[in-house]
Amino acid sequence: MRFQDEYRDRGLVQGLAAAIAEEAQQLPEPVRLMEVCGTHTMAIAQFGLKSLLPEQVKLVSGPGCPVCVTPVSYIDHAISLAGLPNMVITTFGDLLRVPGSHSSLMAERAKGADIRIVYSALDAVKLATELPEKQVIFLGVGFETTTPTVAASILAAQQQGRTNFSVLTSHKTMPGPMQALSADPELKIRGYLCPAHVSTVIGSDAYRPLAEKFGIPCVVTGFEPADVLQGVLMLVRQCRAGQARVENQYSRAVSPQGNAKAQELIKNVFEPADAVWRGLGVLPESGLVLRETYAAFDAVRRFQVALPDACEPAGCRCGEVLTGRIAPADCPLFGTVCSPETPVGACMVSSEGSCAAAWRYGQ
Amino acid sequence: MCLGVPMQILEINDDMVVAEIDGVQREASLMMLGEPVAVGDYVIVHAGFAISRIDPAEAEETLRIMREIFNPEDMA
Ligand code: SF4
Repeated sequence: MRFQDEYRDRGLVQGLAAAIAEEAQQLPEPVRLMEVCGTHTMAIAQFGLKSLLPEQVKLVSGPGCPVCVTPVSYIDHAISLAGLPNMVITTFGDLLRVPGSHSSLMAERAKGADIRIVYSALDAVKLATELPEKQVIFLGVGFETTTPTVAASILAAQQQGRTNFSVLTSHKTMPGPMQALSADPELKIRGYLCPAHVSTVIGSDAYRPLAEKFGIPCVVTGFEPADVLQGVLMLVRQCRAGQARVENQYSRAVSPQGNAKAQELIKNVFEPADAVWRGLGVLPESGLVLRETYAAFDAVRRFQVALPDACEPAGCRCGEVLTGRIAPADCPLFGTVCSPETPVGACMVSSEGSCAAAWRYGQ
Repeated sequence: MCLGVPMQILEINDDMVVAEIDGVQREASLMMLGEPVAVGDYVIVHAGFAISRIDPAEAEETLRIMREIFNPEDMA
């Protein structure tokens, strides 16, 4: 496939790795660079890119996997809703196995709850049309890539006059968590590989305030091996030169301003609100909730359910993994008690999670 | 969940396209795309929506810069 094979070319990948090694020799001190995109985490693990980097350049994963940063209380909420009569819960596949405080959606499904996997939020609206006697709730989790698709589904439901479709939202925005991590002196992040797909929507300019305020270089980076390495090279060059600019390695898909139509969709249907991130706590204005106009499609406002006290799975250190404080293998449960077959935490469940990537491809 | 995939457009029917990668075909909505596309174009598809068109000129330019980095003599 064009635009894929070329960016996986071995010679190119090795050449870029050599260029990074050369550049890194001139760094005054070793640097920690963070990728904030589940797709990057996967690509880095899958193609063994860390092994191609010199000692002075360390890659750590950040809060870039939407499923992983979704708090336990959200899963609990979804499970409570699934227990209501006549209810159909629809979701993307990776949320199913995420442990809540006492159960998971998968376990509830095995006990008889009607929980179905859909490929698109629009499929959930279609299902609501086919099942007029049921209530269909879609689990709206994700960053700016997913949020406009959910907005589009709500608009579609409204247009069709659907009264049996609603969304349990937990949408989050970038670059809020990057700001929070940048402010943490302990983490010493010296550069960001900014998310590829999120940036198609928000645009590379969105990282400017971050780069300026914290003096940290940001490079919007694609997710093929050569893309990631070129992104790293661009960051290392900036570190060496003492710069902190926003650069766009992924210009074939990302523009400075992003996708205006998608931004409009988000803005029309959602408004900013504080949000809880696993590992980071509450971050101001880092989430999106449905505007009052769309209250009829808000599962939180429509259905009152009792929620248990949220408790994180015992021993799971996802929070520290998500903020680059520890590597997955540093968690005592990694690979022993916790594996993709029997995941203890969300980071082992999602295919984009750091623990799952580390388990699957080794580190 | 955030797994957008670059796919090639095979067919366009109003606001929907059929797109393909590695022999897998998917339907995708054009509702979110701000620019016109044609059959043969590459787009990034995420959860049933095309979210961005891949610009072939930019793709070539990125490759050119990469090759230049790793083999500078050739560019002299
Ligand atoms: S290995 Fe498992 S228990 Fe440990 S942090 Fe990762 S998901 Fe949590």
